[in-house]
Amino acid sequence: MSGFNKVVANYDEALDGLTNDMTLIVGGFGLCGIPEGLIAKIKDLGVHGLTCVSNNAGVDGFGLGLLLEDKQIRKMIASYVGENALFEQQLLSGELEVELTPQGTLAEKMRAGGAGIPAFFTPAGYGTPIAEGKEAREFNGKMHILEESITGEFALVKAWKADTMGNLVYRKTAMNFNPMAATAGKITIAEVEEIVEAGELDPNHIHTPGIYVNRVIKGTFEKRIEQLTLKK
Amino acid sequence: MALTREQLAQRVAQELRDGFYVNLGIGIPTLVANYVPKGMDVMLQSENGLLGMGEFPTEETVDPDLINAGKQTVTTVTGASYFSSADSFAMIRGGNVDLTVLGAFEVDQSGNIASWMIPGKLIKGMGGAMDLVASAQNIVVTMTHANKKGESKLLKECTLPLTGAGCIKKIVSDLAYIEIHDGKFHLVERAPGVSVEEIISKTAGELVVPDNVPEMRF
Repeated sequence: MSGFNKVVANYDEALDGLTNDMTLIVGGFGLCGIPEGLIAKIKDLGVHGLTCVSNNAGVDGFGLGLLLEDKQIRKMIASYVGENALFEQQLLSGELEVELTPQGTLAEKMRAGGAGIPAFFTPAGYGTPIAEGKEAREFNGKMHILEESITGEFALVKAWKADTMGNLVYRKTAMNFNPMAATAGKITIAEVEEIVEAGELDPNHIHTPGIYVNRVIKGTFEKRIEQLTLKK
Repeated sequence: MALTREQLAQRVAQELRDGFYVNLGIGIPTLVANYVPKGMDVMLQSENGLLGMGEFPTEETVDPDLINAGKQTVTTVTGASYFSSADSFAMIRGGNVDLTVLGAFEVDQSGNIASWMIPGKLIKGMGGAMDLVASAQNIVVTMTHANKKGESKLLKECTLPLTGAGCIKKIVSDLAYIEIHDGKFHLVERAPGVSVEEIISKTAGELVVPDNVPEMRF
């Protein structure tokens, strides 16, 4: 089974091969379900010129926001980036390029990219600035625009549990973009809360089959809450 | 009197039906959940990947792995499910959500909506709004009729970058319930105590006014 043992011992091993100017697909929605330790390690490694594809860009000082501090991200592909003052500053100064993408289109770009579908038509964004320069076509009496899929040299995902073979289970809404991100990386790294032996996860309940996952690392998670909202 | 935020939510809630799957946007739309009529069951969809969103948690039940599309901590109701964001937008684009409620900066008489960007200010992004308006069959926009400067938000043609084209048919504003068809606004109901004249004066687009405009009932 050793050929299928995906577990790595440390973050250096997990991110081996990551170099400047690569494209990273990163799971998570806001600060929920993000690979915290892998992102922090990328900050330490100091690689730069990165293109990051993720729904959000973290907040100042946490999540992908960490990689903005030393200007490691050259381009951000995201649907919503409104939580981050540093992001705004770098965007306005022209140091950071951003490609805003409707959330469902972003999810589908990852899904399709991972599934070997290079592009797809969607109604989202037709007639808006997002459609500029894109092919538009009518299907069933409705206009759609052609969107290209996304893959990356690396995908960084966060899961609840993995087995040693890289099968993944997510927890609650920390699933979000992680399953599609996991399929869209040439090398997919899963940072997880718990690693169990192969056979311990019920095959009925696996969200991401191990075929998509190259490396598994056990992380420790702060799980910072962005908008703590309690019942009045 | 113009409707309060709570009254806006209450009026929108009258569009709910038993058995509806509903997506509520951030802000006033979120308040609609507080006014689901008694004896009616609806399931709230949150586009990050949750169907069956419940109320906000207590300090004991709060869970960082369980948030809504506004990134607020939430709970679930009986029959809830979790899924990926791709599945979430598959159910949205696939036309399975019965009612979508969202806010807007501007709506025009062709049913165009602008809600995500004000050039010159920070561009925060559209999130899921473009996917939602492009695909939902039944959308209610809820917003104030005029902006803080008193300028109409119901226009002949939107001036801000669009979120979606030709997709809005119903508006609940603080002054009126208005439908859009045949390239015109149609006044259907007015807020209690608000005159037809005031609504006309605060609607920049073409507004069709029937002889009798009933007041909203709560």
